[in-house]
Amino acid sequence: MLATVTSRNLFRVAGASPAFRSSAAPLFTQVQRRFIQTEHLTTKDNLVLLNEQRLRRPNSPHLTIYQPQLTWYLSGLNRITGSALSGLLYVSAMAYLLHPVFPVIDSAHVISAIHDLPVWLKTSGKFIISLPFFFHSFNGIRHLTWDMGKALSLKGVYSTGYAVLGATLVSSVAAAFFL
Amino acid sequence: MFASRTATSRLLASSSTKIASTSQLAQRAFSVSATQQHAAPAPVPPKQALKEFKIYRWNPDQPSEKPQLQSYKVNLAECGPMVLDALIKIKNDLDPTLTFRRSCREGICGSCAMNIDGVNTLACLSRIDRSETKPQKIYPLPHMYIVKDLVPDLTQFYKQYKSIEPFLKNDNVPEGREHLQSVAERKKLDGMYECILCACCSTSCPSYWWNQDEYLGPAALMAAYRWMADSRDSYGAERKEKMQNSLSLYRCHTIFNCSRTCPKGLNPAKAIAQIKLELATGA
Repeated sequence: MLATVTSRNLFRVAGASPAFRSSAAPLFTQVQRRFIQTEHLTTKDNLVLLNEQRLRRPNSPHLTIYQPQLTWYLSGLNRITGSALSGLLYVSAMAYLLHPVFPVIDSAHVISAIHDLPVWLKTSGKFIISLPFFFHSFNGIRHLTWDMGKALSLKGVYSTGYAVLGATLVSSVAAAFFL
Repeated sequence: MFASRTATSRLLASSSTKIASTSQLAQRAFSVSATQQHAAPAPVPPKQALKEFKIYRWNPDQPSEKPQLQSYKVNLAECGPMVLDALIKIKNDLDPTLTFRRSCREGICGSCAMNIDGVNTLACLSRIDRSETKPQKIYPLPHMYIVKDLVPDLTQFYKQYKSIEPFLKNDNVPEGREHLQSVAERKKLDGMYECILCACCSTSCPSYWWNQDEYLGPAALMAAYRWMADSRDSYGAERKEKMQNSLSLYRCHTIFNCSRTCPKGLNPAKAIAQIKLELATGA
């Protein structure tokens, strides 16, 4: 251990003066003791140390610290609305398969049940379903525009993004309140 | 000490211009000492403008300690205008253990890429927000393994860049003359060759966050398209063939965080969309 340190220190002062190195080297190494001692590692030991350190490295924060931007918020919404809509479709379609067993969920019963609901519940329910539906549809058109190689600039992304949001709001209000 | 030195040099500058304007050039000597000619102005106490910086810290020597934000107060009156200036000032004056990469301080090396106030950018190109009420938050590039403090491990990022073979491949290079390109062909490379590989775009991409083991990410993909679009490269078909899988290229969902954040104003999302278009149309 001591030998390696000494040889390293010798190596450090090698550039100073050859004469000085040969005569005063032992003295010099004692003077040259550094506050931070370095150790010589072989390439293999180095890799072992590096891999050990890699195991413990934290992952830097991402979703929670990234600035809210229209770009990735709309993309996230597109995925969430898509999953929600297809989930709703799958669940209701598969539930409908069971209507011979549970007559409560056949068409006639469902229609009469919804017909009897209060107006405020019907309207808000329609709004809650139409909002993701229209957003996902319009944003799908936006994605097709990009896939055709159009509106591929920041300006294009933002103008189409706000257009999709506006069209979604107008269509959802129209579908929920006036249809 | 430092302040007084700059004050003298300013005085020197002003006195020399005055001499030049009155065309008394002959009086000018190299040993001009402003203090001998003018009365020194009353020392103005430097205006204090303390700005708080909250900086992500993690030390590999204490791996069990969780990463945390450490707060530093910097007097903006004594600091340069950019975030990198503040970081260097903190390292020089307040805490020498603060670790970050930096080199050129003019936006061409890409070393100081980090997340400043939620956006990936180069610290040297990002101005300090002068409002003293709101602290400025500085994180490393998002969703990367941290070597120390603001230094992420970019090994994977560079491997991905290497994997797209970022060099000219052509078996029939003209001999004895230049490999010519028309003006229009050269123009296709504008907006792509300027990439400095700072990794701001790739680490801003949510798809890259979740799939960086297999998805190449915007930086590598734009570099790939840069060689596909080069008229002198004859391996375009092979380059495209390598993208024909569900992850390398198609994990891009046209989110556009990459183009939004690029500190060089490039548009990686467009390059990726063009690869997709060419793969679809067989162009």
